[in-house]
Amino acid sequence: MIYDVLIIGAGVTGGMLARELSKYELNVCILEKENDVAMGASRANSGIIHGGYDPVPGTLKAKLNTEGVELLFAAAAELNVPHRRNGSMVCAFGTEEEHALLESLFQRGLENKTPGLQLLSGDEARKLEPNLSPLVSKVLYVPNAGIVGPYELTIAAVGNAMDNGVSLMRNFEVIRISHEDGIFTVISSSGGQVQGTYLVNCAGGYADRIAQMVGDGFYSITPRAGEYMLLDKAEGERVRHTLFQCPTKEGKGILVTPTTHGNLLVGPTATRVDTPESRDTTPEGLAQVESLAAKSVPSVNFRQVITSFTGVRATGSTGDFVLEASKTVPGFIHAGAIESPGLTCCVSIAKYLLEILADAGLVLNGKKNWNGTRADFYAFANMNDTEKDAFIRHNPDYGKIVCRCEMVSEGEILAAIRTNPPALDMDAVKRRTRSGMGRCQGGFCGPYVMELISRELGIPMENVTKSGGKSEMLVGRIGEV
Amino acid sequence: MEIHDIVIVGGGPAGMAAAVVAYDAGCSDVVILDREPRLGGILMQCIHNGFGLHKLGKELTGPEYADVYARQIEKRGIRIYTETMVTSVSPDKVVTAQSRSGILKIQAKAVILAMGCRERSRGALNICGARPAGIYSAGTAQKLVNCMGFQVGKRVVILGSGDIGLIMARRMSYEGAIVEAVCEVMPYSGGLTRNIVQCLDDFGIPLYLSTTVVQIHGDKRLEGVTIAQVDAQRKPIESTKRYIPCDTLLLSVGLIPENELTRAAGIPIDPITNGAIVDESCQTMLPGIFACGNVLQVHDLVDYVSAEAERAGIGAVRYINSFGSGNLGIETKAGNGVRYVLPQKIRNVSENVELFLRVTRPFSQVKFTVSDETKVLTSVKRLKAAPGEMEKITLKPEMLRDITGPITVNLEVL
Repeated sequence: MIYDVLIIGAGVTGGMLARELSKYELNVCILEKENDVAMGASRANSGIIHGGYDPVPGTLKAKLNTEGVELLFAAAAELNVPHRRNGSMVCAFGTEEEHALLESLFQRGLENKTPGLQLLSGDEARKLEPNLSPLVSKVLYVPNAGIVGPYELTIAAVGNAMDNGVSLMRNFEVIRISHEDGIFTVISSSGGQVQGTYLVNCAGGYADRIAQMVGDGFYSITPRAGEYMLLDKAEGERVRHTLFQCPTKEGKGILVTPTTHGNLLVGPTATRVDTPESRDTTPEGLAQVESLAAKSVPSVNFRQVITSFTGVRATGSTGDFVLEASKTVPGFIHAGAIESPGLTCCVSIAKYLLEILADAGLVLNGKKNWNGTRADFYAFANMNDTEKDAFIRHNPDYGKIVCRCEMVSEGEILAAIRTNPPALDMDAVKRRTRSGMGRCQGGFCGPYVMELISRELGIPMENVTKSGGKSEMLVGRIGEV
Repeated sequence: MEIHDIVIVGGGPAGMAAAVVAYDAGCSDVVILDREPRLGGILMQCIHNGFGLHKLGKELTGPEYADVYARQIEKRGIRIYTETMVTSVSPDKVVTAQSRSGILKIQAKAVILAMGCRERSRGALNICGARPAGIYSAGTAQKLVNCMGFQVGKRVVILGSGDIGLIMARRMSYEGAIVEAVCEVMPYSGGLTRNIVQCLDDFGIPLYLSTTVVQIHGDKRLEGVTIAQVDAQRKPIESTKRYIPCDTLLLSVGLIPENELTRAAGIPIDPITNGAIVDESCQTMLPGIFACGNVLQVHDLVDYVSAEAERAGIGAVRYINSFGSGNLGIETKAGNGVRYVLPQKIRNVSENVELFLRVTRPFSQVKFTVSDETKVLTSVKRLKAAPGEMEKITLKPEMLRDITGPITVNLEVL
């Protein structure tokens, strides 16, 4: 079959575009090189809904950020993705330079129509955020900003698109694209082949390489790694707002933020790396995160770190998002260089891409039965005891706790394996349910989750992987190795 | 809501021993709640021998040791709820649990916390590098190998020389894996001497002291680790870095008492033991709530867990019968060379009180002195003392008779 639209990359950009396209009578397929969705920049980032004061006025980033904030809050609510409007603060630490920078960000925010911005003194800010460092002298307060679970959002967007008829092909690493008679033929590294009329390049860190495959590689991507530390929920209430430091050329500085699940997140660094695949954390990076985070909030207890990780931004060479129809290849649409505030903009980007596709001739006939909502994965966790009791009596699997740190039940894990997009590996289950994400990091629940994956997917235990490919958890049965 | 005299959270060695002794002390309305399908807790995956020498006078495997207690529980008809996970314990002793049949609430007269401990994870250590498959805590690997019949890897490095790590070095070797190294960041091992001899020396597995894993390599499955010696501040020494190819890294880097329920109940926790602050009957600072076994302090031997649990069981029965809940008399303190002393409080001075303690580092030829501000209560000598081996000092009623202020245990090298 020839799809109407092929999307390369199941990150938040591709996922949200797929969901937008699923509203119409179209055959859409997402091609993803990994074993799960949200495996690139959407997997590991700060999860911030940026207020919109930061991008340079007149850029796509500025336009789509301003439009995107409320669209994202609305989509997160529809998709039952954890999110919270906690507000953010950009902090200055006493220098005239930083005070001037905050003033210019404030002016820029007014120009970008960011609502509710205020410049606060250090003391005023500390009234709202008591653990803020006494050295903070001035703050840009951004009340419309918030936090969202970035991979949860991506999983939900792809899942909702699939519920509405979109196809997902995993382990499909695009290595060649040909374009003949108005049809794209896309070839994968394992010899798979898919055809489509329109091709949207949402390949994140690899977007430049995909663009080169059709001979329109006019921009390049420089992967920049950011290292983070995630702290136990015991530290989750250390701050209420997302706390930035005055930005530098390299990024928005080290932030300290609560997460939607009640942990505390600190990071990221900004280091150029060779490949978007980079997952390494470094002693230098983590030390930098620790010392700079302590600058904003000196009382953070770093003994409560439960894990550290690295995410990679797809920084483009043009300085702005690349969102346009190819000037040389009809039907090929660029959606590259989606770095910060890309997460905030994911819905506004999807709608913008839809306009580009329509301009390029894609016919959009609305579907009658489109359903934009998705089951609430966290419904059970948020119930009180009486509600839980009634729920368990109908669904006994929810009575069995598998992950005791995060209190995740067997019912929730089975739902993750059975719901679009189905979780096929350990990390995928973890991202959907938080099983293994707590203090013991899967020590207790890991073997049990392996058994559930094995049973549900009908595969031997030895074939259960951590993250697809050659990441098998076990090497064989006792006595046979 | 059900109503019971004593509710025990956790059916491992501590919970089982507490139940049996409480029953025998005259309290027949005892309930054990456990999340697993069977009693026994972590003992069920400890298929090696060495259990029971002190307590039962014979050498058993973990499941055999558990079975001794499980039979006693069965014989007494003590009620057990398995596959039931306790989700909260309230200060007024309402225990809430969850199972396939729904939410269960029990009003208890006394509660004994016996949840055991969990292993420290890679994340808690902040080891740098990649995040591939093949990194397990030693106990998780033990469960996969011993209970589920799967081999986790072929070429293994073990970080940490805690007892589970040492036991797993031998176990992995038995199953045909090559154990390349056991690395210990401290200048001494945290495991029992007998385990170093029987699990490493007998298999020719090298133990590298003052050495740690500094980086993890591999994209999908672990491909190798970089190890390095550390200086006195435990910082890696650049020139000693060396790469070891391996597909598996087992972590045996310490145990943390599983005190989420305890904290949520508002029970004060000792920052050194990571367990509740208790008196000599294992009663926490919330009257009627007791804690014992590895949830209170990490023990070397299960035999000591059982003994401690028996004190908690007796304490709970006495609490229900309104005995022995006197005032919070005497505080205990860790002095020179001593990491902690347990119990932290002594209430009842009419019977022998056993002080348990751990030292800060290995010593030889030492004397422990227990004293208050004015006089020495007692002292004992030891040929050796090490952090991995818990010390016990017994205080007799006559020693405590006139004591009111805090008592301190000091270590002196002879």
